[in-house]
Amino acid sequence: MASNPFTEVVTKISKAPSSGEYAADKLLRGIVWACAAVILLLVAYIVFELGRQAFPAIIRFGIDFLIGTTWDVQKQTFGILPEIWGTLFSSLLALLLGGGLGVAMAIFLTQDFLDDRVSNVFRTVVEMLAAIPSVVYGLWGIYVLIPLIRPASQWLNETLGWIPLFGTSLSGPGMAPAALVLAVMILPTVAAISVDAFRRVPYKVKEAAYGMGTTRWEAILKVMLPTASSGILAALVLGFGRALGETMALAMLIGNSNQISLSLFAPANTLASLLASSFPEAGPLEVKALMYAALALLAITLLVNILGLWVMKAATRKFEGKA
Amino acid sequence: MSAVLAIDPTETGEFIAEPYQPEGATVIDCNVERIFYGDFLAVRDSTVPVEKNKITAFIGPSGCGKSTVLRSLNRMNDLIPVFRFQGRVDYHGQDIYAKDVDPVVVRRYIGMVFQQPNPFSMSIYDNVAFGLKLNKFKGDYDEKVQTALERAALWKEVKDKLKNSGLSLSGGQQQRLCIARAIATEPDVLLMDEPCSALDPIATRQVEELMLELRERFTVGLVTHNMQQATRVGDTTAFFSVDISKGGRTGYLVEMGPTQAVFEDPKQDLTKEYVRGEFS
Repeated sequence: MASNPFTEVVTKISKAPSSGEYAADKLLRGIVWACAAVILLLVAYIVFELGRQAFPAIIRFGIDFLIGTTWDVQKQTFGILPEIWGTLFSSLLALLLGGGLGVAMAIFLTQDFLDDRVSNVFRTVVEMLAAIPSVVYGLWGIYVLIPLIRPASQWLNETLGWIPLFGTSLSGPGMAPAALVLAVMILPTVAAISVDAFRRVPYKVKEAAYGMGTTRWEAILKVMLPTASSGILAALVLGFGRALGETMALAMLIGNSNQISLSLFAPANTLASLLASSFPEAGPLEVKALMYAALALLAITLLVNILGLWVMKAATRKFEGKA
Repeated sequence: MSAVLAIDPTETGEFIAEPYQPEGATVIDCNVERIFYGDFLAVRDSTVPVEKNKITAFIGPSGCGKSTVLRSLNRMNDLIPVFRFQGRVDYHGQDIYAKDVDPVVVRRYIGMVFQQPNPFSMSIYDNVAFGLKLNKFKGDYDEKVQTALERAALWKEVKDKLKNSGLSLSGGQQQRLCIARAIATEPDVLLMDEPCSALDPIATRQVEELMLELRERFTVGLVTHNMQQATRVGDTTAFFSVDISKGGRTGYLVEMGPTQAVFEDPKQDLTKEYVRGEFS
């Protein structure tokens, strides 16, 4: 406890903190430290346990596991390159669509297009999208979305089939419905965090932009967007992370087919979807292979987050002059 | 600043200032009848001509509407949804509040420097070049940027770090950067809303010297809390006060004239009180 060297000073009301206050201070510090430590330990434990379970598979398959393209239980060959591709491709498509829509939504909600009350109602509705369970998105995708986009996919395939993106026709589940649903699922995350980023831009910056004689779009695109860029990038990284890990809706919609294709209408597979659909009936070696796949998914998510942080830092440095 | 006024401001409810007849040419003829924020009457009955190549200083106690009037001159107040303007602001003979006038156009000709430094989160160079790009300037950007920074007395300090963010500068430097940004496009009129209130005395002095130079090229409207500043740089001074007779706080013009006359030989008792309160 800190000693009080000023005991001779005569005051009526001011006095040093009591020993009880110092004790409470210490206690609180201990509690938050403990909470933080638990979280770190939990992450470390999960990584350790995954690695331990996957270890036999890592020894047996090595790097071939990451670049192999067959998943055959009978032949005991396991490779997850199609799943890595499917995970990244579907998430990237979702980010393009959902990220673009989310940022556009944030602009619409914050840049005086609506009055505050309407804008808050709108925002609540968008955030409610996040409350819809994944399985409901999956069902909606199967019964509504796939029939809805089939004619368009047919037409695109027939007329623009020479473009790899439209190289096959949509027979049912596939990349396009999966990516569309993923886009809707990450939309609320991207929109909500981007809205906060735009709201954090000080009013004086907006004044400065209009004071220079910008039109509304010039103010938004040339001033507000760069100023909010680090927050918007954070929103996109979080959205992308969510898309990478999304499981249920994708397991229902992507077709679970072990192939690498650029076509939007071909069935594909993702790591999370592979895990969800294979675990229930997996034999001992396949379980170890799945653990290896889970480790790979974890690594991808981690890498994406690190990359995102780095891009955000670069943006902050460029736009705000901070280290 | 809050000098106690011996004269009861409530007695001035119907008072309307003697219109100031400038000798030289005017760029802006501002005739405020009423300015409202929602139902709140913020300013009433104020006629403020802004003369060409002169610095017109707006002074008065807090809440007297001097900033509101200044910001009405380039339609900055249009950003506030509840703002309503009654009257005319003739800029080169054209009422800028006429229905077919786009405020964006007005602000391209009448630039503004704000109370708080507000550089954009981009490089120093891009901050100054912003207005040039906006106006689709075709020509030597480097030269224009350098000239603007030199005129704003900032060039020497930043010439080796033009790529650094404008936000990395100190407060005083940021304000001079904002001035450079505003004058780079060589607008016709420059409005300055308490540009030195966030600056230390040295930076204030630099900005004041800059204003005197700018006067050669531009016409300047200056709101200031600092009466010495008005006497140092103002050619003409408009003194505003607050009217609380109707239960609100309504600003209005009390007196306007050449700065020396307003400070040394004020016609209105209220002006006398305010000016004396500051100096005695």
